[in-house]
Amino acid sequence: MNETSFHLWLIPALPLAGAALNGLFGRSFSRKIVTALALFASGAAFAWAALSAFRFTALAEDAIPHIENYATWFRVGDFSVPFAFQLDQLSLVMILVVTGVGFLIHIYSVGYMAHEGGYYRYFAYLNLFMFFMLTLVLANNYLVMFVGWEGVGLASYLLIGFFFQRDSAASAGKKAFIVNRIGDFGFLIALFLMVQHFGTVTFTEVFQQVSLRPVETAGAGLLTTIGILLMTGACGKSAQLPLYVWLPDAMEGPTPVSALIHAATMVTAGVYMVARSNPIFFRSPSALTVVAIIGTLTAFFAATIGITQTDIKRVLAYSTISQLGYMFMACGVAAFSAGIFHLMTHAFFKALLFLGAGSVIHALSGEQDMRQMGGLHKHIPWTFWTMFAATLAIAGIPGFSGFFSKDEILWNAYASPWGGHWIYWFMGFLTALMTSFYMFRLLFLTFYGKYRGTLSTGAKHGGHSQIHESPKIMTIPLAILAVLAVIGGYVGIPATLGGTNRFEHFLEPMFKAPPLPAGIVEHANHALELPLMACTTGAALLGLFLAWLLYVSRPQLPQRIAEAAGGVYRLVFNKYYIDELYRAVLVNPLITGSTKLLWHGIDSAGIDGAIDGSARGAQQVSNEVRQMQSGNLRSYAGWIAIGAVAVIIFMIVMGGK
Amino acid sequence: MVPLGYYLVLSAILFACGVAGFLIKRNIITIFMSIELMLNAVNLSFVAFAAHWHMLSGQLFVFFVMVVAAAESAVGLAIIIAVFRTRATLDVDRVDLLKL
Repeated sequence: MNETSFHLWLIPALPLAGAALNGLFGRSFSRKIVTALALFASGAAFAWAALSAFRFTALAEDAIPHIENYATWFRVGDFSVPFAFQLDQLSLVMILVVTGVGFLIHIYSVGYMAHEGGYYRYFAYLNLFMFFMLTLVLANNYLVMFVGWEGVGLASYLLIGFFFQRDSAASAGKKAFIVNRIGDFGFLIALFLMVQHFGTVTFTEVFQQVSLRPVETAGAGLLTTIGILLMTGACGKSAQLPLYVWLPDAMEGPTPVSALIHAATMVTAGVYMVARSNPIFFRSPSALTVVAIIGTLTAFFAATIGITQTDIKRVLAYSTISQLGYMFMACGVAAFSAGIFHLMTHAFFKALLFLGAGSVIHALSGEQDMRQMGGLHKHIPWTFWTMFAATLAIAGIPGFSGFFSKDEILWNAYASPWGGHWIYWFMGFLTALMTSFYMFRLLFLTFYGKYRGTLSTGAKHGGHSQIHESPKIMTIPLAILAVLAVIGGYVGIPATLGGTNRFEHFLEPMFKAPPLPAGIVEHANHALELPLMACTTGAALLGLFLAWLLYVSRPQLPQRIAEAAGGVYRLVFNKYYIDELYRAVLVNPLITGSTKLLWHGIDSAGIDGAIDGSARGAQQVSNEVRQMQSGNLRSYAGWIAIGAVAVIIFMIVMGGK
Repeated sequence: MVPLGYYLVLSAILFACGVAGFLIKRNIITIFMSIELMLNAVNLSFVAFAAHWHMLSGQLFVFFVMVVAAAESAVGLAIIIAVFRTRATLDVDRVDLLKL
């Protein structure tokens, strides 16, 4: 270990300790101790991450990345994997987001989970998740990253299935795990290819070797293969087409979990991984294109579904998928810093939206259907105002964080020399319109109009309202996140608006582009940036207006539109029947094939048949032979005589030769 | 001098008689006697060979066989008496409990 060690290991180790203590002994702890342990673990991790950030800024440029090598994990011949952590601009942003948002969500959970069983289990899992997520982002090689990668999958599985008595929660957990596994398969093969061709999995060494290779403009080569396989892994973890199906179902977990794992941090691991592997993607335009197309399609596709959903958490889930699509769109045009920027702002406002939704659900004693809400802004003002801020942010209203990050993505989607194209921009533009629409729809349906649910609002029943604002321990994290959601974008004001885009400059050393391949010229025309920005802002405002028109001004219209749209509406409302399609095309054949062929055919008939058959054969033969054992002395003698004759004949015949 | 073959044929005939008696007869005593007959058929061939080859070992073996036969008849007769006492029969077909 070098002299200026930051003791980075403390950052993941603290949550691990919290998880271990609460997980192993939590059953016998009082709630206060469980709370204190969990909050201390995550808070101290955040504090240590912040401290490391301060010390990081003092590092000389050649000391970055700051690598702390703790041990050799294993060594096989020339190939060795260190157990080492790496702090650079990228992982710094990630650990701050993970620990910061994570800590706030821990605090919120204390209030949200106050009446639930399995309190200690919940916090043990949450801390465990923090541990794995921090391992993932701090790792200095792909294998340690993979440990974190699988670990967050495990934590996610445990937390989705937290209410395991509910069958839907248990199967949602399984679904998440299995779908993720498909992606992990791609990640693993990419790892194997690296081991085979580079003989190492350490980031710096892999990228060093990658940088010696030419850009694969003509045809696909090794880097394209690795890139696409890594993207497969990212598709699973970050819920991109075609592997996004697990995320909406993951909403079965407690709402703070949805906020932390399925909105703010874990699902962004794929974006982080792609951004981390940027030297590979830079050298493979085809892989970049794949990333961009997947991201764009996902963003658009999920946004359309988001428009029609009625479950407040499902709207947010599809919104998350859509926003992740934006991040991949950014990565796909090699605007990695824009992707990470959006990752950060998204972590703020989406965590806030989920926590706000949790607060709404809490206020309505478990109601999640927006058709049963309405008019809540009087009852839960804190929740309303914070969610309002988050909605403005995600919709891309100027001045709020989402505006800056989304705009940077859209500008790059159009102008990036690495495959930017107006089609990406246009799809992103439409998505921005839809995003604004469905988010304001959510806001209006939930907080405006008349209350449509069944709880007493206090108006009729003499003053006492059954709808109650959440306790302070829940509203304070909301407020903090709201502040972040509003101002979080000001670290990256683009140059066009007179800013310096400090965020991008901070991350710049991480994303060093190789020289542009021959034949590509920068077609960026900065004069266009402002008009494009105006377009997307217009889209956001239009979405806001449409939502207001449909859900506040004329609430009977949506029904009529839905009826007029008929089949199209039903198609979108039923999420394009993708789950049904997967069930019909993949799941059912798999189950049928496994049952009929593998279970009944091979296992029962083949393997069991062979074993049972030989047993039955032995039994039958024995049963026949048993008859010789008659107990009759003379028959025994007869057998002996026959045997003796046989031996004699044998001797005569053999003796003659 | 009588040729060796004659003795051996006689021995074989005696042995075959013993085997046949053993297989056919049901009375334990008769079966017992058949065993003695087989033993003595073998004894006959032993001494015939001993005389033919001028070797004493064959005659020596005959003594062994006789000693064993004497011991065996002592034990065998005791068993027969025990069987007769418990089952009141000497028919071997009715002494068939030793089976599965």
